[in-house]
Amino acid sequence: MALAVADARYRRRRWRNWIATALAAAAASIGLTWLVLILLVLVVKGMGGLSLAVFTEMTPPPGYDGGLLNPIVGSLVLTSLAVLLGTPLGILAGTYMAEYGRYAKLTVVVRFINDILLSAPSIVIGLFVYEIMVAQMGHFSALAGAVALAMIVLPVVVRATEDMLLLVPDTLREASSALGLPRWLVIRHVAYRAAKAGIITGILLAIARITGETAPLMFTALNNQFFSWNLNAPIASLPVVIFQFALSPYEDWQQLAWTGALLITFAVLGLSILARVLSAKKVST
Amino acid sequence: MIDVAVAGTDIAFVDDPERRARILRRFRLGDGIFRSITLIAACAVLVLLTGVIVTLVYGSLPAWRAYGWEFIVSLRWNPVTENFGALPAIYGTLLTSFIAMLIGVPISLGIAFFLTEICPNRLRRSIGIAVELLAGIPSIIYGIWGLFVFAPWFQAHLQPFLIDNFANVPVLNQLFAGPPYGVGLLTAGLILSIMVLPFITSITREVFETVPPVLKEAAYGIGCTRWEVMRRVVLPYSRVGVIGAIMLGLGRALGETMAVTFVIGNAHRIVPSILAPGTTISATIANEFTEAVGELYTASMVALGLILFFITFVVLVIARLMLMRIAQKEGK
Repeated sequence: MALAVADARYRRRRWRNWIATALAAAAASIGLTWLVLILLVLVVKGMGGLSLAVFTEMTPPPGYDGGLLNPIVGSLVLTSLAVLLGTPLGILAGTYMAEYGRYAKLTVVVRFINDILLSAPSIVIGLFVYEIMVAQMGHFSALAGAVALAMIVLPVVVRATEDMLLLVPDTLREASSALGLPRWLVIRHVAYRAAKAGIITGILLAIARITGETAPLMFTALNNQFFSWNLNAPIASLPVVIFQFALSPYEDWQQLAWTGALLITFAVLGLSILARVLSAKKVST
Repeated sequence: MIDVAVAGTDIAFVDDPERRARILRRFRLGDGIFRSITLIAACAVLVLLTGVIVTLVYGSLPAWRAYGWEFIVSLRWNPVTENFGALPAIYGTLLTSFIAMLIGVPISLGIAFFLTEICPNRLRRSIGIAVELLAGIPSIIYGIWGLFVFAPWFQAHLQPFLIDNFANVPVLNQLFAGPPYGVGLLTAGLILSIMVLPFITSITREVFETVPPVLKEAAYGIGCTRWEVMRRVVLPYSRVGVIGAIMLGLGRALGETMAVTFVIGNAHRIVPSILAPGTTISATIANEFTEAVGELYTASMVALGLILFFITFVVLVIARLMLMRIAQKEGK
């Protein structure tokens, strides 16, 4: 009798386990299928419009042939400028948190606030930059767009720098301090060098993140039909052009939007893979 | 003698005490300067967040002055008469995120469970990397896919099915009422749920991996099934972290702009049907901000941004506190 009860219980447990396993496997296959499906559609639709003209011609008026040259250049300008603005500040802040202020209360607060900034809605950052720059200057500008993107770069770099510097063994620092090297030179010549790969990985991930950011650019850098290097004027960027073209009723614009989306995805995936390869190397040495 | 090496000076000079003192002074000065610069940079992070809050409050003042607290509960959104209220946008934001979590969380947890306990070891790494790469796909990709592929399919197949089949079921016929538009609150919620999948999965997986293998092995050793190990060992151990991951995903869904703006329909109203077009805070700002004319219109949208920031801020603080607790447990 007791055996029968135990047997039934055993069977119930196995049954439950089977159901849970099946559900988890189903979740994995459903979830991954959807994501793969999205990428497939993107590649199929985007490839259709991929040609040399995409990289050599300007965005066209509806009904004309054209490419995405000005948004591609605009995105590159905005991204480089954002990295130029955000990275040094991020590295310095991360340096304080891991080196000078490792046990300071300020570090705990900054780390917490930084984590909040890391996932703050990007459209709010766009609003902030609109208020402090666009509204004050009276016009949209590439510079404002770059500042908005820099605010997204900053927390990623702060986090990466702090984490990577904390991984550098203290014995290295102690050894160079024992030789009489002051703290700032220990950091510059020893800690930074040891953490270089990790920090670069962080910067690459930050670039990957801003490559597709649309919301903070829509009312800072706005858009520009024409080619522009002027940092004080609106500038086109891939995400904003994709947004505008995708919502338009013109089929050739929609096609360009798909192609632009494909370019962005390739760029993001390429950067993430590069970052992974870099950090994998760091672990192996 | 490292000072010599760094200063690039000829060693003979350092015997000169005056020169030596000069180098040491430079060291001390350099340290002070570098320390202050890093300190200022760290404070800049704090200043930025404070700046965001202050700016949003200041920029939205005209709206608060004009409508007061009624702004939050008012249903009107009329640019012509300059009558603005945030409730439809808040409702849309919360509802789409709720739908996203309802669908996204179980699937994400399922995938994480699959990856940590079930999946063969060889596949584990590659699927794990794939999930993390997918978490980096920009949201505009989900938006454009939602607009051109998902919404038309949804309109042609799933929506008529929902409308027809639940027409006589009391509550559900209200929820699934009206013509199939394709775009709408449910569509946006579904797109969001796909978007948060890789995000929640990758954090949950990390959290699951903080469970000491000894605990799991002990459970397997006394004959527990995989599900029992998951349910009784892994989940209780990592519960706080899992909630943190979910909250982080929620924070993302609440503030998400592009994936939603394409498929929400931009209608400022609250109707029972979740198939109907609606709007969210971020979609409203994305759609209307550059076209806004007049101080009050702009200020109302900044006020919307402030509300969004407040909601996500609370969610993110909870998320981070939860994740910090699991990190402490791990001893980091």
